[in-house]
Amino acid sequence: MRFGSIIKVALRALLRNTMRSILTALGIIIGVGAVIAMVSIGNGAKAQVEAQVASLGQNVITVFSGSMSSGGMRGGWGSAPTLTIEDAEAIEREVTGIVGVSPEVRDRNQVLANGLNWNTSVNGESPDYPDIRSWKIASGAMFSDQDVRSVAKVCVIGKTVADQLFANGDPVGQTLRIRNIPFKILGVLDSKGFNLFGQDQDDAVLVPYTSHMKRLSRRTNISSILIQAASADVIDKVQKDITEVLTQRRKGREPDFTVRNQVELAQTATATTQTMTLLLAAIASVSLLVGGIGIMNIMLVSVTERTREIGIRLAIGAHGSDVLMQFLIEATILSSLGGVIGILLGIGSSQLVSHLNGWPVLVSTASVVIAFVFSAAVGMFFGFYPARKAAQLDPIDALRYE
Amino acid sequence: MPPVVKIEEIHKIYESGEVPVHAVRGVTLEIERGDFVALMGASGSGKSTLMNLLGCLDRPTRGRYLLDGIDVSQLDRNALADIRNQKLGFVFQGFNLLARTTALENVELPMLYGARKFTTKQIRERAMHCLDIVGLSQRFDHFPSQLSGGQQQRVAIARALVNEPQVLLADEPTGNLDTRTSAEVMGVFQKLNDEGITIVMVTHELDIAHFCKRNLILRDGVLVRDESVSNRSFAATELEKLSSAEAAAKLTGAKS
Repeated sequence: MRFGSIIKVALRALLRNTMRSILTALGIIIGVGAVIAMVSIGNGAKAQVEAQVASLGQNVITVFSGSMSSGGMRGGWGSAPTLTIEDAEAIEREVTGIVGVSPEVRDRNQVLANGLNWNTSVNGESPDYPDIRSWKIASGAMFSDQDVRSVAKVCVIGKTVADQLFANGDPVGQTLRIRNIPFKILGVLDSKGFNLFGQDQDDAVLVPYTSHMKRLSRRTNISSILIQAASADVIDKVQKDITEVLTQRRKGREPDFTVRNQVELAQTATATTQTMTLLLAAIASVSLLVGGIGIMNIMLVSVTERTREIGIRLAIGAHGSDVLMQFLIEATILSSLGGVIGILLGIGSSQLVSHLNGWPVLVSTASVVIAFVFSAAVGMFFGFYPARKAAQLDPIDALRYE
Repeated sequence: MPPVVKIEEIHKIYESGEVPVHAVRGVTLEIERGDFVALMGASGSGKSTLMNLLGCLDRPTRGRYLLDGIDVSQLDRNALADIRNQKLGFVFQGFNLLARTTALENVELPMLYGARKFTTKQIRERAMHCLDIVGLSQRFDHFPSQLSGGQQQRVAIARALVNEPQVLLADEPTGNLDTRTSAEVMGVFQKLNDEGITIVMVTHELDIAHFCKRNLILRDGVLVRDESVSNRSFAATELEKLSSAEAAAKLTGAKS
């Protein structure tokens, strides 16, 4: 039989029981819609994590000092006072392929200004720090290498600190007191929001690391060193070179530092969302399976109802394959129409979720194509048994069927 | 010219139950081209089984069946379907039209299956031509539910004719119709037969059998009588008689 006629007959049969067809397709609609929505939201979450990781800075390598044990208590990374400014200088001098280095010293302090006070993280950094973290200065300027050399009492403050202490007014040029030492505010950092671990990155004050070490914390060592590699291609080599330089400087002593890079962190973070996406999609595809069984059920009912029609067709010369094709195409049309509606529904609901929650949502073409092909395949798979049952009917019995 | 239907010692035994049922017990029969045969018998006489065998809907257990010179007794399912499509036309007691499908589309149906390929235009034209033969071309777009029993049966006859079959097989074609409509349908058959189409029909009504040229009577799976109809009925005269009888009974208005 011609393909066009088969399609026409199938559509007519589906339209005859419009309500039933819609309800049958609903299983597929929900299944496909759920898969599309889950994958889209999952992809969006992944993109957001990647963006957050990228916001920590591009191609950043971090050197932490080793852990310290005292009286059997082992501290975490960074607890041992083993990294020095000389280590940072050696890295800057000897390792090629780096574009910025910032020794870091951090502690928390009560800061005062404008008659108000606020407890915040005071970070000793180098002038490279904003570039390494790809962090813009909103107003004013970053302190300079000269400020580092002269152990200047200058600082750059984060957005949160600015909001808390200088609610109505420009903080640039004003004075901030840290441990009762006046620091001149040179600039305000752009807002960066919360990081992956839920910390407010804007709640910080940056001072030259020399000023931090000599005037505030009075430490002789630094807790970590941030290094920015020139590109992602050289990051592994740079990491290796840093390890080598620091190991050489320790002259055969056990290494008391660790070197980590951003890529590892990004991989860990995206792997988690990837797993979640897969899990959700797997759960959603169970409903596709249930939808397929619904199609099979209705096709079986349809074959029984139309036994006489099948008998007539067989009697006037239809081959079993014609009848098989007819029911198979009917099931496939039902499921792929359900698939199309489900795709639209999935895109719509993921857009809605993104609109309501402000999550980014990425509808991937691949997931749409796969969902469509899969829904058509579900129809074919679950339609095959009823169609074969119809095709194998005996024309005499089918004609007599009441 | 060879006979269009030639069956030799044909048997059909159903093995499905506990006891095998010997429905047809050795029937030998020849039907010439242009013949008009009524197959009669009480229920259980095997006439339906014989009709299914003649219609290639079923295969004989033993014996040979030559249809238009081709031995069809051992063909497979698909080959039998092609034979039914190309060489046979079926008319059933219950009309068996596809519901919610127009008269024209019902008539087109056999042309959609089968090996011969037609263009959409050819299919339409042939179907319209066949509806014209049975006098229903004005109602081509009606659904079966919008047609009377007699009209539905005429659509079914048009469908049976559309592939220009060698034999038209009718299984109790008037069984669901009243006397007048039966006579009308028999009139259509007689007209087709006059144009040279071979017709075999099953009936249990003697007066319907009298419209045919030849009557076969089956009993317990065996052919017990084969005779020509001497006092043959003709649709035109029968309808005339009915009209005057109805007029006498004031059932309808008298025709001038």
